[in-house]
Amino acid sequence: MLVKDSLVAIEAIIVGVVSTMLLFWLGNKIVEVLPNKIRKTLQPWVFIGPVVVLISLFLIYPTLQSIWLSFMEEEIDGSTTWVGLQNYKDIFGDANFRTMLVNNLMWITIVPIIVVSLGVVIAQFANNVGPKREKFFKSAIFMPMAISFVSAATIWRLIYSYIPEGQSQTGLLNAIWVGFGGTPQTWLQLEGFKLNNIFLMIIFIWLNVGFAMVLMSAAIKAVPEDTIEAGRMDGTSPSQLFFRIILPQIWGTALSVFITVLIGSMKIFDIVLAMTGGNYHTNVLAQNFYNEYFIYGNTGKAMATVVVLIALIAPVMTYQVRHYRKMDMLR
Amino acid sequence: MSKFKKFAAKSHLGSTLVLIVISALWLLPTFGLLITSMRESTEAQTTGWWNAIIHFTPDSWTLQAFSRVMSNDGLGSSIISSFAVTLPATILPLLLAAYAAYGFTFLVFKGREFIFSILIGLLVIPLQGALVPVLKLFLKFTAMTGIEISGQYAAAWFVHSAFAMPLAVYILRNYMMSIPVPLIEAARVDGASNFTIFWRLVLPISVPALASFAIFQFLWVWNDYLVAFVFVGNDHPVLTYKLLAMLGQYGEGWQSVAAGSFISMSVPLLVFFSLQRYFIRGLTAGAVK
Repeated sequence: MLVKDSLVAIEAIIVGVVSTMLLFWLGNKIVEVLPNKIRKTLQPWVFIGPVVVLISLFLIYPTLQSIWLSFMEEEIDGSTTWVGLQNYKDIFGDANFRTMLVNNLMWITIVPIIVVSLGVVIAQFANNVGPKREKFFKSAIFMPMAISFVSAATIWRLIYSYIPEGQSQTGLLNAIWVGFGGTPQTWLQLEGFKLNNIFLMIIFIWLNVGFAMVLMSAAIKAVPEDTIEAGRMDGTSPSQLFFRIILPQIWGTALSVFITVLIGSMKIFDIVLAMTGGNYHTNVLAQNFYNEYFIYGNTGKAMATVVVLIALIAPVMTYQVRHYRKMDMLR
Repeated sequence: MSKFKKFAAKSHLGSTLVLIVISALWLLPTFGLLITSMRESTEAQTTGWWNAIIHFTPDSWTLQAFSRVMSNDGLGSSIISSFAVTLPATILPLLLAAYAAYGFTFLVFKGREFIFSILIGLLVIPLQGALVPVLKLFLKFTAMTGIEISGQYAAAWFVHSAFAMPLAVYILRNYMMSIPVPLIEAARVDGASNFTIFWRLVLPISVPALASFAIFQFLWVWNDYLVAFVFVGNDHPVLTYKLLAMLGQYGEGWQSVAAGSFISMSVPLLVFFSLQRYFIRGLTAGAVK
């Protein structure tokens, strides 16, 4: 089994790479023999053609199809009937769905701002301690970036786990809490003030601060030394130096990190799946898609949920495209 | 001046202390996992991992959980499955994207800006938006040709490749734009075809960007759960899939789940620490996704 699977993998790599190269080579050969004029127009498509086909087939067409399916009801045999806006009426009529929207809103208002702020603060501190220590501390904080959400869930279950009162606590948070005289809590079920949602967000923050730190650190290092020196000459305090001189110059990077984290927290799924499965009012849109489609088999509602998610991300998308256009003009 | 130096030295120490606290906080959860994976089953079930350190007894440490998950739970074959999904899903999009990035950077054609804008827009589209129709597409293909795709590694390669494309082309094009155009022109004057210029000139120059995207994509695919769940599933369970299943069944015990997690983390951590510089460069190049 092991050997067979390894062979399959190796074979796939070889076949894949060789056939891709063959595709390139063949496309090139065909274009080469064509008359000059046709060649000029056709050649670019040899280069971008495979990608255009790939994204059309596996990204654009399916996304449009999802939107189409959100107006349908699907039977078990796969046949579909047009139901208009019924799926949307159903989901928006459901109190649980509105809770989800609130949860998603919480994620995007709380998480990005904390991630970026922590990233900036840590980057600023790391900038002071000399290259050797800087590298060590940064690696430690950046390390969770390499961990899967599922592994992160295992890690954090060891922190949030609950054992009834009177027994030894295996979860770190409860152990500390009990140590200070509290009674053990089922953290992920605490719905007051939506605390359990916040406990899930902490995991995401833990995973992503490193990303913000790395980018903000690069931005801080790019701040011209003489602007800081000038500030020092004028006798500005370190905090003023940061807020008045450094911060305005790293604002652009901070904004793009903010948006990246915003999109990530909008699409949040794996952590919720692995920690609560969306129970205890921690459900979010992407998780609901998963539940509706793979657990309840409700294609229409699942697709409507996805369309709502896409619609919420769309403004960011237009911003990205505009931003890129502006950047491209500057070249 | 000496006053300033004193202040600087003090803030140096202060910053170090703050960073020690933050790093400790950041490492503590993972450290707990590592300790748990080396504990005995009953102890891991009844007491917190810190007890293994506070009441340190060398005899109670064991690597049993690691060998058990590898053999009993079939984590060994899941490692192979993860590689079988990840390696092609890293290499194939890399080649395709590099080829396309060349077209977008050095070739002039109608609709270039338009297509590239669409690509940028697709950067933020959630995976979930395309999953179900792609699944149906594969099933239709199977019904028509009898060739199974869904449940095979190939399904995940296609989907991962397509979803990687926007970011990959974006990063690689950004990089290729820094290659001086006269260099390309000179090669053209010498009679080199675009095909030759790509393989002989642009690809070798772009190695740093290729490396950073490759690491990025490797980590992304290795850590992915959703695509593996939908398209490969139980036939060839990858590590994330296996791990989530283990997480659902507490019978295994904490130490097993912890050991499994640690095994699945070891590969990305190794990649990450050995190639950190490229990874960071990749992040800085394309702060999206």
